[in-house]
Amino acid sequence: MPTAEEYRGQVPAWCPGCGNFPILKTFKDAMVELGMEPHRYTIVSGIGQAAKFPHYTKGNTFNGLHGRALPVATGIRLVNTDMTVIVTTGDGDCYGEGGNHLMAAMRRNINVKLFVHDNQIYGLTKGQPSPTTGEGMVTKNVPFGVIAGQFNPLALAVALDCSFAARAFAGDMEHLKGMMKEAINHRGFSFVDILQPCVTFNKVNTFDWYRQRVYKLGPDHNAADRTAAFTRALEWGDRIPLGVIYRNERPTFEERFPALTGQPIVRQQAFQTARLEKTVNEFS
Amino acid sequence: MDTTIKIGGEAGQGIQTIGDTLARVFARSGYHVFTNQDYESRIRGGHNFYQIRLADRPVMAPRDGVDILVALDKESIRLHQQELTPRGHIIYDADTLKEKHDGSGFLDVPFVRLATEHGGNKIMANTVATGAVLGMLGMELSILLELIEEVFRKKGAAVVAANRNAAQAGHDHAVKTCLTCGFSAGPVEKPQPRLLVGGTEAIALGALASGVQFYSAYPMTPSTGIMNYLASKEKEYGVVVEQAEDEIAAINMAIGASFAGARSMTGTSGGGFALMVEGVSLAAMTETPVVIALGMRPGPATGFPTRTEQGELHMALHAGHGEFPRFIFAPGTPEQAFFLTNKAFDLAEKYQVQAFILFDTYLADTQWTLRGFDLGRLRNTDYRVRGEAFQKLASYKRHAFTESGVSPLAVPGDAKHLVVTDSDEHDEDGHIVEDAETRIKMVEKRLFRKFPLMQAEVAPPFLYGDPHPDIVVTGWGSLYGLLREAVDELSRSKSIAMLHFSELFPFPATDRFDYLELLGRARLSVCVEQNATGQLARLMKTETGYDMRALLSKYDGRPFTVDSLVENLKGMIKKL
Repeated sequence: MPTAEEYRGQVPAWCPGCGNFPILKTFKDAMVELGMEPHRYTIVSGIGQAAKFPHYTKGNTFNGLHGRALPVATGIRLVNTDMTVIVTTGDGDCYGEGGNHLMAAMRRNINVKLFVHDNQIYGLTKGQPSPTTGEGMVTKNVPFGVIAGQFNPLALAVALDCSFAARAFAGDMEHLKGMMKEAINHRGFSFVDILQPCVTFNKVNTFDWYRQRVYKLGPDHNAADRTAAFTRALEWGDRIPLGVIYRNERPTFEERFPALTGQPIVRQQAFQTARLEKTVNEFS
Repeated sequence: MDTTIKIGGEAGQGIQTIGDTLARVFARSGYHVFTNQDYESRIRGGHNFYQIRLADRPVMAPRDGVDILVALDKESIRLHQQELTPRGHIIYDADTLKEKHDGSGFLDVPFVRLATEHGGNKIMANTVATGAVLGMLGMELSILLELIEEVFRKKGAAVVAANRNAAQAGHDHAVKTCLTCGFSAGPVEKPQPRLLVGGTEAIALGALASGVQFYSAYPMTPSTGIMNYLASKEKEYGVVVEQAEDEIAAINMAIGASFAGARSMTGTSGGGFALMVEGVSLAAMTETPVVIALGMRPGPATGFPTRTEQGELHMALHAGHGEFPRFIFAPGTPEQAFFLTNKAFDLAEKYQVQAFILFDTYLADTQWTLRGFDLGRLRNTDYRVRGEAFQKLASYKRHAFTESGVSPLAVPGDAKHLVVTDSDEHDEDGHIVEDAETRIKMVEKRLFRKFPLMQAEVAPPFLYGDPHPDIVVTGWGSLYGLLREAVDELSRSKSIAMLHFSELFPFPATDRFDYLELLGRARLSVCVEQNATGQLARLMKTETGYDMRALLSKYDGRPFTVDSLVENLKGMIKKL
């Protein structure tokens, strides 16, 4: 069994008090509890403060381009179905730059675990609005307030029949750990939107702001009921639900992909010279 | 014997079916065949044609003159009548076209009526037409009948029999009524069936032969054929073929799959490649091998979606922010496409870089006959560190500094060692750094150490014709067949040679073949390019300092023909 020490990475370059710290700590705890050794998973990330995450723990790592973590993760997962593939990303990276990939990944139901550190602001580029920034928020580049409507990632997930869609809060690590573990154990695409206060650039959505509003979904919520899930997904403002909002057990992309029924592709013999002659002769 | 058949009509009329069937029959009969196509960006209507050249010697380009025009609509007659050779004939169905031509070159074959009478359904009109063309050529029907059996077997014996009857009816009608047909495409002496392979198929086949395990792409002419072919082999070969949500995803998926340990490829056309550009740079920074098939068509923007151009050499050369090396190959024939795709895979994996296969719509849509591929020439080495070999390592650094600049490329998950890489500048372990010293060493590793080794892998250009030529005609990629046939024609009276580049970057060195000396000695050096600015000529100037004396460029989206190229070259030679 691995210990927490085995997940220690580089010293984070985040601001003191950043909402990313509790997420990092919780991730390591979840991995220890799952007994998931670092070489058994690959963390894929893009660009942003959340995207630096893999360097601050241990694991196979592909830190790629802004918005493009999901396609890279999809490629990895398709050729190695033994590998657990985790994407750590932010609201700008995933909902803004990478929006098309998010839709495609949910529709495919590829077995990738998506953790979005949603701080409702751009941190790395110093405080511009993200898709989840509330209407009216004033930033340096939007001096008259955000005009575009706020993006609702969970409503999108329910609409696209995402097979696991949950919300967690960086300020409730025990609950967050539960969501992370459930997401990893779920068979199919798992999406967790993690409310993560940005202490430097988002003076509206603070730890206190979230604490006053979040509540945990109880047993009365049936996550398998898509209509009920949609109602919960639309909830925002005075009350913000945490927990598994929607889940279904539809088959994964990999299970339905004809070429992936046997050994993972990376363990198969690439060169099939013996077959070639027959294939070439099909052109006669 | 050198005969050209053109089938013209609207999209959706079955031009492709007639063309493909005839070409296959000729190839199986032992003829040398070359086919090319011209079509519009629409599914129905418009004007399209399919041209087949068959001969008893190798043919590798289209000619202007048409011997048999199969006109499926009036427009085909109007547009192509003037292309007929003195012995040329137009075969058409007066009932369908609702017009009758009385000239001696016209042959009215009632495709629809014969199909209904002999096949029982007008849908077999195209089979009648195919049989009729074979009748005009004086060819026997046995190979066509055999092909019908193969194609329609699944639809049952009745459909096979009906189509055979339709083919026979067309054939007999043509033999009986075409009294002026002087063609004699009789049996080839000691016939040996040939393969008939198209450009995109050859690239896809080359990928299969190179152990491709992952192909992701977004559909776009002229590269879609690669995806279609590989998808048909998905299960048999264990290849994952995935249609990505966009080209950005396509290249990033291929990079992910390659990082995970699979031989990976993507394919697109110029507009799609514009979206992939950041991915090219990502692959370079993370030193992830990827093969990219880039099919060129006229731009800018959507340009001519279904037509041809060699306009993206410089785009491929410079695509991607930052400075890094790459390979660029530009096959001129399906055989070159097959082997250069193999070379692209081998070198991409060996040096952990990107290798481009630069082709164009013209090459994509041409089909050539060949005896087969010499599979013994394939270069297939697994350069990855896997399984036990990886477990046995005492430690592992994904981007370790080495003499060659190439670090061990391990398969993540095969051992407890972690595989870490980053699009940020990174250290040997793959973690983000900011320091100048590491930066300098990484640039040296990725660029300066690898580049000379990469350049040594590149073959010199191919010289064909007079070894001491007065006139050198230079070109690259798909112009191979055209240049070669033009040189054949002109060499009857001139000292002329072709210098063809199929390996363009790193630009070939002169140590194995001093082509600069050859160009320097020539009285005329012409660069023939299917673009407006002479992209090879500019690359040559940049890399070698040599200025091509003349440029023959074509940028109307249509390929040269042997005749138009010879005419143009004659004009240039006259001025000498």
